[in-house]
Amino acid sequence: MLKLEKRLQQSKKWIYLSPFLAVVITMISGGILFTILGENPFEAIRIIFWDPLFDPNFASYSRPQLLVKAGPLILIAIGLSFGFKAGVWNIGAEGQYIMGAIFGAGLALAFYPMESKLIFPLMIIAGALGGFLWGMIPAFLKAKLNANEILVSLMLVYVAESILASVSQGLLKNPDGYGFPGSRNLQKYESAANVEIISNSGMHWGVLFAFITVIFSYIVLTRHIQGFNIQLTGEAPRAAKFAGVNPTANIVFCLGISGALAGLAGMFEVAGPSGQITIEFNSGYGFTAIIVAFLGRLHPVGILLSGLLIALTYIGGELAQLMLGLPGASIQLFQGMLLFFLLATDLFANYRVKIGTN
Amino acid sequence: MDFSSINPALLIASLMVSATPILLAAIGEAVVEKSGVLNLGVEGMMIVGAVVGFIIAVNTDAPLLGFICAAIVSGIFSMIFGILTQYLKSNQVATGLGLTLVGLGLSALLGRPYEGMKSPTLKALDIPFLGDIPVLGKMLFSHDLMIYFSVFIVAMVWWFLKFTHAGMVLRAVGENHDAAHALGYKVVRVRMLAIMFGGATSGLGGAYISLARVPQWTEGMTAGAGWIALAIVVFASWRPWRVLFGAYIFGGVTVLQLNLQAAGASIPVEYLSMSPYLITIVVLVIISSRGNQGAPASLGRPFHASS
Repeated sequence: MLKLEKRLQQSKKWIYLSPFLAVVITMISGGILFTILGENPFEAIRIIFWDPLFDPNFASYSRPQLLVKAGPLILIAIGLSFGFKAGVWNIGAEGQYIMGAIFGAGLALAFYPMESKLIFPLMIIAGALGGFLWGMIPAFLKAKLNANEILVSLMLVYVAESILASVSQGLLKNPDGYGFPGSRNLQKYESAANVEIISNSGMHWGVLFAFITVIFSYIVLTRHIQGFNIQLTGEAPRAAKFAGVNPTANIVFCLGISGALAGLAGMFEVAGPSGQITIEFNSGYGFTAIIVAFLGRLHPVGILLSGLLIALTYIGGELAQLMLGLPGASIQLFQGMLLFFLLATDLFANYRVKIGTN
Repeated sequence: MDFSSINPALLIASLMVSATPILLAAIGEAVVEKSGVLNLGVEGMMIVGAVVGFIIAVNTDAPLLGFICAAIVSGIFSMIFGILTQYLKSNQVATGLGLTLVGLGLSALLGRPYEGMKSPTLKALDIPFLGDIPVLGKMLFSHDLMIYFSVFIVAMVWWFLKFTHAGMVLRAVGENHDAAHALGYKVVRVRMLAIMFGGATSGLGGAYISLARVPQWTEGMTAGAGWIALAIVVFASWRPWRVLFGAYIFGGVTVLQLNLQAAGASIPVEYLSMSPYLITIVVLVIISSRGNQGAPASLGRPFHASS
């Protein structure tokens, strides 16, 4: 018989070890999945995890894509990690991402065709503001009226998608677009374009922001009282209450920062890789970022690494679609399995597994 | 616009059709939450049920078999959540989210060859006499089997929770798992059964979307129905008949906005299609601001038997 014994403190060793174990188990079960789908499992795993980075035919295209995909994931996941630590569950980052993009693109298009160095910084502020305001709705309803933030933030994703559909066919529609839905291409509007800082590296302003956010969040969590309050609220809510942590301030901070960062991610995406507001502008980064945050142990450096790994599965997945005709959804499944195995292997961090009876 | 094109009898009839998937999922989740477990994977279980039901129905030409398989497969699928949270003690919120993400991926993978096909649907039951009553007959007594079955499940759940010993044990486990454990009840086993029941009804609800309401398979076709079901459980204060009431109100809003779209209302389509979600938020806020009456005390808390 297996017996579980609760550890008094989480095992440090297992906290670092379990993500790697989860990745290995995911690769094995992924291999089994690909075998069922009639593919050579070793080839499929190689195409997803190795070829995008090292195959001479693809690497020149896919290496920059790694940063392009990882940037928004890291930005959003860092924001989410604050709330997840404190037990504030914002799962509507997708909606905040959309609103950030709409605000950012809306500001740029309002100035079109004026050229000014101020437009891009203003767009950054607008993008963060859009996501922030969208995150404030569940924050306010939670803090003042006790409404569950999980459900409210999620419902707002569908509302944001409707707004996106509305503006891409109406308010922000390209007047020179021959009636097709979708806004002007911001990449062709010099003052608003989110360009690569180093050419052919994939390193655009959003990726730089993501890296800065990693450092910023590390400092907040380890050196700042707000970071301490967040961790205290998550681990010992009663102690936090006695210590005078203001729960409302905590909720507003967590949803505000995750909303603002998701909004930024949306704005950088619409001004850069995507280029325009369209009906299907959002691609699920807001949901995948939840996996990134957990896989990274809600730790800034962990999120940086897991963001890069999940970005790799996106690119590898596209490559596998191209080379093997694997459906795109199999990557989504792959990412979900990774989360499951991580949650399962977390058992070892929280419990001692003993063999034998007592 | 032309309001006269909206027929109230048909409105009620289609309200029941549009509410049934959410009702099935919500009544299952109410039982799960009554046992003290918060499963946020309803959306994932529904869409797995939708795709499995569709595949079986198309291949066997037997929609009823599709429903049965959907319930079984979603029940098994929910066991991933059960094993992770109950035996491996993982975080319920994260695991539930994971279940939804995996369900969406898995269903897209399985359903790809079936995109664009039409499924056989359940025939409306021909109830003698009752079905012939003018207006009322069309409204209430000319539906397919699943609609009546969903109401039957609500009645069964109400009876089970209120009048049976097993139902009392389930509620005890949800209110205070440590005390229930001390009394010798098998907390984990009760919860696993509740989770499986929730999975099965969510699967039925999903299958109702792909086999009756639409009836077609498209990727991500549940479109948040599982999340709305979760909100309805809160709205209903975990009471079975109120779940039915909540689901029908929601169905009414959905049908009304679709009717308004069809009637060419001057409100833009996008605002109409976001209205069900906005109304869910508003209702949730109104209910929650009065305090969560009836929330099981152990809801979402992990259980570890120390002895």
